[in-house]
Amino acid sequence: METKNTRENTPVILDAVARHEMEDQDSVTIFGFWVYLMTDFVMFACLFATFAVLHNNTFGGPSAKEIFSLPFVLVETFVLLTSSFTCGLGMLAAHHQKKKELFFWFIVTFLLGVVFLVMELTEFRGLIHEGNSFTRSGFLSSYFALVGTHGLHVFIGLCWMVVLLVQVLRRSFTRHVTRRLILFSIFWHFLDLIWIFIFTIVYLLSAL
Amino acid sequence: MNIFSLFGKLSWNVFPTNPIAIGGALTVVLSGVGILLLITFLGRWKWLYREWLTSLDPKRIGVMYIIVSFVMLFRGGVDAIMMRTQQITSVGASHGILSANHFQQVFSAHGSIMIFFVAMGLTFGIINVILPLQIGARDVAFPLLNSMSFWMFFGGAMLLNLSLVLGEFSTAGWLAYPPLSELYYSPGVGVDYWIWSLQIAGIGSLLSGLNFLITIFKMRAKGMTLMKMPVFVWSVLGAMSLVTFAFPILTVTLALLYLDRTIGTHFFTAGAGGNMMMYVNMIWAWGHPEVYILILPAFGVFSEIVPVFSRKRLAGYTSMVLSIFAIVFLSFIVWLHHFFTMGAGADVNAFFGIMTMVIAVPTGVKIFNWIFTMYRGHIRLMTPMLWFMGFVVLFTIGGVTGVLLGVPAADFQLHNSLFLVAHFHTMIVSGVLFGYFAGIMYWFPKIFGFKLNERLGNLSFWCWTIGFMGAFIPLYILGFMGATRRLDHYSTGLGWQPLFIVAGIGVAIIVLGVFFQLLQIIVSIKNRRKNKDTTGDPWDGRTLEWSTSSPAPFYNFAVLPVVKKRDDFWRVKMEREEGKEGEKPVYRPFEMPKNSATGLLIAFFAFLFGFGAVWHLWWLLILGLLGVVITAIVRISNDETHFTVTVEEIEKIESSRSHKQYA
Repeated sequence: METKNTRENTPVILDAVARHEMEDQDSVTIFGFWVYLMTDFVMFACLFATFAVLHNNTFGGPSAKEIFSLPFVLVETFVLLTSSFTCGLGMLAAHHQKKKELFFWFIVTFLLGVVFLVMELTEFRGLIHEGNSFTRSGFLSSYFALVGTHGLHVFIGLCWMVVLLVQVLRRSFTRHVTRRLILFSIFWHFLDLIWIFIFTIVYLLSAL
Repeated sequence: MNIFSLFGKLSWNVFPTNPIAIGGALTVVLSGVGILLLITFLGRWKWLYREWLTSLDPKRIGVMYIIVSFVMLFRGGVDAIMMRTQQITSVGASHGILSANHFQQVFSAHGSIMIFFVAMGLTFGIINVILPLQIGARDVAFPLLNSMSFWMFFGGAMLLNLSLVLGEFSTAGWLAYPPLSELYYSPGVGVDYWIWSLQIAGIGSLLSGLNFLITIFKMRAKGMTLMKMPVFVWSVLGAMSLVTFAFPILTVTLALLYLDRTIGTHFFTAGAGGNMMMYVNMIWAWGHPEVYILILPAFGVFSEIVPVFSRKRLAGYTSMVLSIFAIVFLSFIVWLHHFFTMGAGADVNAFFGIMTMVIAVPTGVKIFNWIFTMYRGHIRLMTPMLWFMGFVVLFTIGGVTGVLLGVPAADFQLHNSLFLVAHFHTMIVSGVLFGYFAGIMYWFPKIFGFKLNERLGNLSFWCWTIGFMGAFIPLYILGFMGATRRLDHYSTGLGWQPLFIVAGIGVAIIVLGVFFQLLQIIVSIKNRRKNKDTTGDPWDGRTLEWSTSSPAPFYNFAVLPVVKKRDDFWRVKMEREEGKEGEKPVYRPFEMPKNSATGLLIAFFAFLFGFGAVWHLWWLLILGLLGVVITAIVRISNDETHFTVTVEEIEKIESSRSHKQYA
């Protein structure tokens, strides 16, 4: 598999087998990240279960029908879905190692993420102003926890994007940076998926 | 709640006032200071930092896990002794040594410590030490994450111990059921200490579970297909899949409880639309798998020990694997048996009762397989095997009482009684603890290069077993007599005191067993030259970890093994006996991770975060959070995380070693 030559002459440089092992490590990391996302999914599953149990416990406060504005949330949904699409375009650029294109699409993704987050916070603020905060009832506690946790994930995603863009700027597409971009894009699509569930279960099912 | 407060809930009255609590606080402070001084005096800081604290070698991380677990076992054991003393002395007119409130803190701490910081620590310790060796790998899938997991575990343990010095611990039991654990009934910081020490350690466990899952899937030696893996690896695979499914539930549950207590949400409150039974459901949806997370690797340890000490291959390998996964599956559909009295109705209780009893079937399969393995084997009754035999007897007793408790009608009578306490202690002590004691004895030479003293091991086994029966059989009887758990006082006329005294004597015998264990380690270190393992294979083992030298080099295997059969090392030994000599090994350079302080730092900041959350020091909480984030960013800005081990170095290390078997 290996010649005596390489061993004696270039002792420090890794041979083909070892290099292959290192590239394998990338696929291990990506697999590991998928499993991590699964555990995150279980966390959201718990929050969904909490919402399912508590969504009728309004304790004299408003019910879901009275406080949610579906058109507003629909816009929010499209903003997030679009950001997933632009993130995908950014990843295509990354595969072709086109830095400028990647930057363009990731900045668009970032801005869409910010818009989504601002819309969500606006909704929260409105609810709290009307006296319907998370302390009002079990239903509102579970609503704020579920949607808020998703929002927190989006916020973490935005911070992560900034760190990644700095890395691309400083180091271009090295093995490590490319791997991290892949991980990030999986994460961002995952948030989209969770939001589809939130939109369906929290907003559509309770408000219709 | 003032967001900008500098001291949060801290004040000068947070220090303990009663003599016993002061004693506890002083013990923590003095032993902490003592250890720091000792290291300084010996001038070992640099060595400690380089060789241990920043090490990413799973063997070392495993050893650190085990050491921390033993320290926590000491603390949990002192709690147990205090409870026994209280229940012996607090009869009739006498009110014993502890106040009711202090007694509640003691049993809450005892349970939390023993499960989270002893049993979990030993589980992850043994897995770290042995799993990479057994699958023929040089490392785990994510070495840095592994170090971080350990330090989070350590940080959680320290936060819990800090509650002895500053403030108080939870009085709400080891699972902190609301509404008792809600702010209204527990306004102090006790429950917050409980939440955050578990949360920090729990996130560490979650990441560890993920790490080992990936390690098993992706890092196995060439040729080791799933059905050629040692059963210990299978059991870890089962346990770690449970971790990845169950621990996120714990994370969410603890977070929601903290929100209830801190910002006034209503998830589990008694009013305002909260639902406290949801907490109980969620905590047991994690808690029941948790007990299997602890026991499955212990089953795995026994599945390694019994064949080696019977000189036979394991009977019924396939049925062993299937039974592990039957347990994994069933463990998620029995959680409701912890609260049959919730009032879910006969149909629901019947389902969960039957499922509970069904779990006894795969467990029974395993017991029979071990016994069949022993049948007609050349049994060597050395200490690991003794632990196994003690386990089989006691665990079967515990299992049978478990099936009894699984009958909802019987459970209505027995729940919340000392019968239940005796049942789960039988399972955890004789199952989990005995299993890991056996494992430590068995794998000790692989890590340290010398065997532990056999005679003292023997003595400690007998003390533990006899002491255990003395301590817990009276509790079964007391349970039938109506003694409830968590009882700090009872009247003389009940006639319980004699049995409590017997239980106390049992605990004293267990303490003697612990003493022999400590003595065993000291004596063995003293005589380490005499007990040196020069072969790398002191027990005539069957699996890959015995093919490398003892102590195993940091890279485990100079040449990664190629596996052809189950118990592959046994095959190699047999072929060698037939005169087939392996070829001379051809070394190739490979990469290993450099040491890193990242895990240590992240856990330190997580500790600050937790401390800030407990005492409402929001600035500290933010500081901790920023610390975690910045440490992580610094880490990912560094691509030089590995170093290359050259052929010369490998040759140098290998030729200085006493034995190389796998060639």
